[in-house]
Amino acid sequence: MEEYKFKKKSRALEFLGKKFIALNAFVAMIAVLLIFVFIFKESIPIFTNSEMQEEASLHKMTFKQEYYEGRDAKWSWQPNSDVPKYSLLPLFIGTLKAAIIAMLIAVPLGVGAAIYSSEFASKHSREIIKPAIELLAGIPSVVLGFFALMILATALQKTLGLTFRLNATNAGIALGCAVIPIIFSIAEDALTSVPRSLREAALALGASHWQVSFTMVLPAALPGIAAGIVLGFGRAIGETMIVLMASGNAAIISGSLTDSVRTFSATIAAELGEVVFGSAHYNVLFFIGTLLFIFTFMINLGGEFVLAKLKIKIQGEN
Amino acid sequence: MKTAAEKEITSTAIDSISYKFKTKSSDFIPRSLTLLAVLIIIAILAVIIINIVLEGIGTISWGFLTQPPQNGMESGGIFPAIFGTVTLVMLMTIAVVPIGVLSAIYLHEYTSPNSKITRLIKIAINNLAGVPSIVFGLFGLGFFIGFIGTGIDSVFFEGSHPVWGQPAIIWAALTLSILTLPVVIISTEEALRTIPPELKDASYALGATKLQTIIRIIIPQAMPGILTGAILSISRGAGEVAPIMFTGAAYYLPYLPVKLNDQFMELGYHIYVMATQSPDVEKTKPILFGTVLVLLVLTFMLNFTAIYIRSKMRRRRISA
Repeated sequence: MEEYKFKKKSRALEFLGKKFIALNAFVAMIAVLLIFVFIFKESIPIFTNSEMQEEASLHKMTFKQEYYEGRDAKWSWQPNSDVPKYSLLPLFIGTLKAAIIAMLIAVPLGVGAAIYSSEFASKHSREIIKPAIELLAGIPSVVLGFFALMILATALQKTLGLTFRLNATNAGIALGCAVIPIIFSIAEDALTSVPRSLREAALALGASHWQVSFTMVLPAALPGIAAGIVLGFGRAIGETMIVLMASGNAAIISGSLTDSVRTFSATIAAELGEVVFGSAHYNVLFFIGTLLFIFTFMINLGGEFVLAKLKIKIQGEN
Repeated sequence: MKTAAEKEITSTAIDSISYKFKTKSSDFIPRSLTLLAVLIIIAILAVIIINIVLEGIGTISWGFLTQPPQNGMESGGIFPAIFGTVTLVMLMTIAVVPIGVLSAIYLHEYTSPNSKITRLIKIAINNLAGVPSIVFGLFGLGFFIGFIGTGIDSVFFEGSHPVWGQPAIIWAALTLSILTLPVVIISTEEALRTIPPELKDASYALGATKLQTIIRIIIPQAMPGILTGAILSISRGAGEVAPIMFTGAAYYLPYLPVKLNDQFMELGYHIYVMATQSPDVEKTKPILFGTVLVLLVLTFMLNFTAIYIRSKMRRRRISA
């Protein structure tokens, strides 16, 4: 009788324990949902409140506006001027410029190092490469931003003779350093996951080492490398502290890569501290946050999908 | 005169020689190009570290680490920022480690890897890891301060002065704990995969229930992974600035954070404000580089410890 009771009790505990553990597992899912809901919630007035739309509607944020009578219509981000201007185009161009420079640096270096590490490196040198990349990944973004602001900017200005000390190239280079580890680790993972038996079969058929790499391993791992690049791009778009400190933060539209730029993320970081709660400016900043969230969400979903498919494909061949 | 067969042999020999030559030369270019990429990355790393160490090492002293700032940050130390950072990541760890570990246990022990629920949770974890850090800052402001904090105030505290509905160390720590949740889950899961199934079978065979097995066998066995996850999340949390800018960090405070709803000073935020908003950067430069060096050493030490524990754990899996 007593033994039976004991069992019953522990069954209840078992049940409660399972439920409690399951509850924790849903925190991540709930967090993603809450993030979207609470950021989007603060940007709703832009779509519903007509007073707000006088200042900042979707139309005003995307198309050329004539802010003063008689002057040319233009795109402009000046939320604190007497006629607040909320065009997102200068910020979009700024974000893109910094991210493109970052990718120009991070893709060749990250993919190149991944190929070297998986195809050419001896076990010994791999033990140097991997911790080095992990160290690079471990540098806080505020330290990278600081480095770009204090040291890189001066060096770049001196060697290239630039007008602006802080500019898109400066921020982009530092941003690239933050993206390299992401591209490297995903690309390296994809390359090393190609089964050993396939490599050995090709080698046995007389292919040289590089022929195996180039004609078999690389094509097989290509979707994984592409996914790494796309996920790295997502990071470059969303990274905040580096661009906030190193880009100069001037919202201007120009084609030059050595002009100062202001990115989406830096705009939120720089302006949210001084904004009036519930104002149009406040809502626009949260709207930018929503855009960033949706954009990175899509990129992550796409990247993960490609990586999952690749895993199935490679394991299937195994 | 050669026979036809001899001719064929010679031509094949020539072919094979030229073939070998080709592959050798085509191997050289990709090998050296990719090696160059590796060397550039290591050079970048070296330039960053050497510059910061050389400029910052002169400032580091016992007084710098234990004194508060003086003369508008132009002299004195950074003790309040160190204290704030440590308190912040401790609160964050208390929040994130139990949730992260239990999430990983649920995913690995209670569900099959291909079930819909597991896949949904994994998608959520991966997406959480990719959300820009500034978006976490917005979320902390909107959810923890604007919704939960203000909610507590309106229920328990009457009056116009906000008690919880304002930037505070607890909100910053909770924001960071959501940001670092994927780190803890992923490294705990990796550790769970290294536990030999025989251990679990033995535990069940002795009559232990699933919960008992998890508490007595699985969690102790996964300890290195849990530790790695905790350390990596601390290192990540200590370096993040964007999520705490609006949720609790302050540039200068005359007191240390002792209550959960106090604001706090933090190393990364300190660096950002000193570097971008100081009236005289030249005067604060030594302190600035010193602070960067402290933050860098702190995160590197944490990362090295994590790498060490993980490599030990991987060796266990290979030998098992």
